[in-house]
Formats: sequence, structure tokens, C-alpha cells
Amino acid sequence: MDCDSHAIVVTVNGTKFSRQVESRLLLSDFLRHDLLLAGTHVGCEHGVCGACTVIVDGAAVRSCLMFAAQAHGHSITTVEGLTPGPERLHPLQEAMRECHGLQCGYCTPGILMTMKAFLDETPMPDEAQIREALSGNLCRCTGYQAIVEAVQMAAQNMRS
Amino acid sequence: MKPAPFLYVPAGTINQALELKARYGNEASFLAGGQSLVPIMNFRLTQPAVLIDINPLTEFAGISDGAGDHVRIGALTRYRDLERDPATEVKLPLIHEALPHIAHPQIRNRGTIGGNLAHADPASEMPAIVLTLGGRLRARSVKGERWIAASDFFTGALSTALAQDEMLVAVELPIAKPFTGFCFLEVARRRGDFAIAGVACMLELDDRGRCVGARIGLCNAADRPILAAKACASLTGQKIGSSEIKQAAALVQTEIDPAGSIHASKEYQRHVAAVLVARGLAMANERAHHGLR
Repeated sequence: MDCDSHAIVVTVNGTKFSRQVESRLLLSDFLRHDLLLAGTHVGCEHGVCGACTVIVDGAAVRSCLMFAAQAHGHSITTVEGLTPGPERLHPLQEAMRECHGLQCGYCTPGILMTMKAFLDETPMPDEAQIREALSGNLCRCTGYQAIVEAVQMAAQNMRS
Repeated sequence: MKPAPFLYVPAGTINQALELKARYGNEASFLAGGQSLVPIMNFRLTQPAVLIDINPLTEFAGISDGAGDHVRIGALTRYRDLERDPATEVKLPLIHEALPHIAHPQIRNRGTIGGNLAHADPASEMPAIVLTLGGRLRARSVKGERWIAASDFFTGALSTALAQDEMLVAVELPIAKPFTGFCFLEVARRRGDFAIAGVACMLELDDRGRCVGARIGLCNAADRPILAAKACASLTGQKIGSSEIKQAAALVQTEIDPAGSIHASKEYQRHVAAVLVARGLAMANERAHHGLR
């Protein structure tokens, strides 16, 4: 079967990129292999694990369930765009470190991006809201408790 | 875990999208939110030759007044927007209650009601809800438009009454009437997973508290979303108490035919469905009575 390619212009972490992409290229693979932003992890590639979550136009989405061609004209934030500057961490990252919210770290970029979009919308979440917001991200190391605590800490630090 | 090659066409206009679909028929798929289609493409369970991306057709997103006492929801309306719409909670309480069960926030950010309905997964919540509410679906092709009743729309697992040149453009659902109680419940192994069983209940009472209309819809209970007609009939005309509810739940068990899986046997699914029906009817009845007071 034929596969065509498309010229796309995508803003990733504030930088505009122009690339030619094959139709079937997933956004997750585009970020990792074309833009060499390997912070976005790929777990299940069918929308279950949440490891590949990025923010598209302000909303957390699975980058394995979008084609790169669909990102044309849109603005994307990946985990590489989370930090306010070199050698600095986002309050969510600080809190994850502080609370031991990660062990192997594979799910962490997806969790950070999911929680970033969540806290932008819900700056004062209760524990139940955090757990609901986390429900689409699988973590096999932590048992989630430490992640929930980290998000609570980050929310508090981001408000003060 | 990568999709097979295909031609990708972002639709510039609805007519362009419909013409492409008319030309390629079943070889082409519409891409809406992609939250069901892309996973099965990644698994290569489906390999469309042409993917018509309708996301640019934003005129098909949004919630508006439909004909009579109906709400019209554009096919491209994302679940997140339905969740955030304050009117949906009042006008379509069943949908409002079910939305948190539909996958996860990231999926609802992209997933559309039209894509969910057209995909017609028998385990999915929204097909059962649209069936329970007695909604109707608007199909459009290059030849024109037509309405399809929800009861005629779902024809089997992943199968609908849409012709191969048709696109689902909207769904219209009746606004909740007074003295009517709703309840949506499901049991899933993890939050956001497909349900082992899911139940949508709607009970309409007269001014003396007698049931004048009952609808019980189920997901993951057969090869398509189904209404438990016998159970509904058993409730109509009754003042609903625990014995009526018990009888209806028992009838539901005779009306469903769940597929069973490694996670839940048919028998267990049937058991869970009956438990949920009993709970859902009790809650819907209580809510309808609350409207009476």
C-alpha cells in the first residue's frame, strides 16, 4: 500500500521545527527519532500505559495515538520543555525527587507531563483528584503513593 | 507496533472528506480522536489504505440545541469538552455520570463521541448510553443526510448501520425530563479499563411515583450494546420497590449474552451485570423520587 509524506511545521518546547514525515509516523517516534527528544518514553504503543504522554495545545495526550502529520501547526511540550532552564528542575520534578516518586523512571516523563497539565487546570487538587488524574499512567515500581505525595507537594510549592 | 502504510489526507472540507470516502469505501477510514482506531492500527488489526483526518472540520465539534427537547452533539466533540460543559450535567445526567469511567483524562482529551459511537465497541460505555436514552444519529454522505435510530445503529461487534460512504456527523439525545432518574454504574478491573459489565438505567415516574417508562442498557453484555427489554417491561406500571428490582435484575440475566474472557467468565459477567442493574435501578428510582419531592 502507498504511503505518502507530508511537510509539517511543529512547535516543540517553543522551537519551530520543519520536517518531512511519513504519514504513518507516530508523534512519539517523531519526537524521539526525528527531533532526538528521547525524554518521551514509549511503553505500550496502544494508549494504555501513558509513558508517552506529552502536552499538545495545553492538553495532555498520548503521543503514540497521534500521527506526526496531525501535529502540523500545533504546539507541543515534552518533558525536555518542563524545566525553567538548564540545571534547574520544575517544581514537579523537585517534588518527585524529594518524595521518591520514581524508581526506574520509565513512566516518569509521562507522569510529569500528565501532572503538569493537571496542575495547570487544578492548582489546588485533593488526593482523590490526583489519583483520578494519575489513573492513565502505569507505574510498576512505586505503588503510586509517593507520586501522589509528590504531586501534593508540588501543588503546594507552585502556589506559594 | 507500528501502523501499516497508508495515505493520509487532512480534510479541508466536509465535501472533500465525503467524496474521498465515497471513492475508497471500506478501504478508507475517518480519523477523529484516534483513541480506538490508532491502537488497532498500531496492532495492524486494521490497515486502512486511506486515512481521512476529519479533525480540521471543527464545525462538527460542539454542543447545541437539537430538534424539540433534544441536545445535539457534534460527532467531533471531544469527551473533555462534554465533561467541562455545565449544561451536560443537567440535561444529560447519564452521560455526565459515565464520562469519568470512559478511559483516562488523556484519552478523553482527544477521544470524540462520534468516533466512539462509530467504532461501536460492545464493551464501550457511550453506545449503551445512547441506546438507553433512545438517541438518534445523523449520517451524511455525498448523496445527502439521514437519521438512524440508536436502536438500529449498532449491528454487531464493531459494526454499525453506517454505509461505507457515510460519516457520522452528530448525535441527538433527549433532554432529561422531570421525575426521571438516571444512573450509570460499571465494574472494571482498573479505573478507566473496559468494564466487566456496565449498566445505564433510566426510570420515569408519574406524579404518584409509578414507573411509566424504564430503560436498562448494558455494555459488554453481548456482541453489541443492548437494552434489556423484558426487564424494562416488568417495571413499567409498577411502583418500584426491592422485589420489582430483584425481578428485573433476574430478567436481565436471561437477556444478556456476555462473551467472557480470561479476566471474567461469562457467568461472572452475568452476575456482575445483575448486581449493577439492581443497584442502578435503586439509585435511579431514588433520584426520580427526589425530583417528585
